[in-house]
Amino acid sequence: MIDELEIRDALMQSIRAFFHAEGFVEVETALLLETPCMELHIDAIPSGDGFLRTSPELCHKKLLARGAEKIFEIGKCFRQGEWGPLHNSEYTLLEWYRAHSDYNDALADTQALIASLFAESPRSRASAADCRAGAVTPPLPSQREVLKCNEVASKDWKVWTVAEAFEEFAGWNPVENFDADRFDLDLVEKVEPALPKDCPVVLKDYPAELCALARLKPGNPKIAERWELYLGGVEIANAYSELTDPVEQRARFETWGEQRKTLGKPVYSIDEEFIQCLETMPPASGVALGVDRLLMILTGAKTLDAVLPFRN
Amino acid sequence: MYNASDLKKGLKIEIDGDPCVITDFQFSKPGKGQALYRCKIKNLSTGTRFDKTYRSVEKVKKAALESRDFTFSYQAGDDFVFSDNDTYEEIHLTTEQLGDSRYFIVEDMQVEILFHNNKALDVTLPNFVEKEITETEPGARGDTANNVMKPAFIDNGYEISVPIFINIGDTVRIDTRTGDYADRVSKG
Repeated sequence: MIDELEIRDALMQSIRAFFHAEGFVEVETALLLETPCMELHIDAIPSGDGFLRTSPELCHKKLLARGAEKIFEIGKCFRQGEWGPLHNSEYTLLEWYRAHSDYNDALADTQALIASLFAESPRSRASAADCRAGAVTPPLPSQREVLKCNEVASKDWKVWTVAEAFEEFAGWNPVENFDADRFDLDLVEKVEPALPKDCPVVLKDYPAELCALARLKPGNPKIAERWELYLGGVEIANAYSELTDPVEQRARFETWGEQRKTLGKPVYSIDEEFIQCLETMPPASGVALGVDRLLMILTGAKTLDAVLPFRN
Repeated sequence: MYNASDLKKGLKIEIDGDPCVITDFQFSKPGKGQALYRCKIKNLSTGTRFDKTYRSVEKVKKAALESRDFTFSYQAGDDFVFSDNDTYEEIHLTTEQLGDSRYFIVEDMQVEILFHNNKALDVTLPNFVEKEITETEPGARGDTANNVMKPAFIDNGYEISVPIFINIGDTVRIDTRTGDYADRVSKG
């Protein structure tokens, strides 16, 4: 575990170094919210009169509306009922936004970030640790794994559209004929297990029904400008060309509210300040990346148990 | 009824009228998607294994299982007859129902029988049973190595691997859960 603590520390430093070198400003936004971002399947943990944040997304967009252009944050987020080998109710998220860009720019940012993290920091950190321990000490197992992971990240990225991946591995096209239940089941049972584990994989262009807070593709409203990154077969990051249309955003919140009500889930009130900020928010791209899972990949761990010093 | 979020490894549930046990369980939630509960399941009636994924809105039936204590009474042909410790009611179990457990049943043995809708499903024996070795190659004198094994048989023909120092007439303890040799009880 001490090993994992050191690698986590190195990872945090490397992430910050990358973004600062790119001219991003590190921000701290609210953990305690009056109302959380409403999404169909994400449940917030109540706290006092409000909720713990499920993501810093709405706060970051408010900062973009106030004039921020390149911001990032590393911080804890909380989600009700999420616990498993790859889930912990409390987890560390890296989130960043770049104004005047879209999801393709976000992918370029992500590729540069991953390349810098895997190629340099953990390895140089590991060798520094070796030096401190004396030249005769063999590298620790996790450090050997770090080196092995470097090979995964240095391979060419495989980018599929969601339609291509589903046609290849599940035999149908969810963009043309969307079916929410079938999509989730086939994604977990057929598509994700078939994705290559020896290179970074991106699934992009989600069906419009799974737009979340992404904008629809200009000229093709069946597709949402969203992608997800998989490393070693594990979902690591989610990105959008951000939706900046307040009317459409309100309509989506209202739809999810209705659907949540049908599912017997709490319906959160709409953050009016957020809706209002979309009036002035510039076009932007945003990425949310699971830091604990990334650490898992870096250390070759199979579950979060090995990398979370305090598990829920 | 269980909610899908109640599912966990070891839970006994009913699917299409058959009692089943969850042998492996994984929480899964694809990005922005719904929570999915992926289970590996064993049908306790037929022994078949399969995978099943539950969505969070699904309900899962509890298996109506009951376990009662019995004493082994006697063998009638291929059947093993047990009597209920409370009601003295007799129950016949076939060698097929008992599987390898039948080799480890001894006189007056206390067992636990699991029922689903009054149908016997499974028998749990005490973890260890003592049995005499009736057939094996003679062991080399003085060779007490525990890691060199040889084949041996007990009175009912069950074949078991034992350390090389075990001889005919020795009593050994067998782990009924695995059917493996545990240790030597007495020298014959």
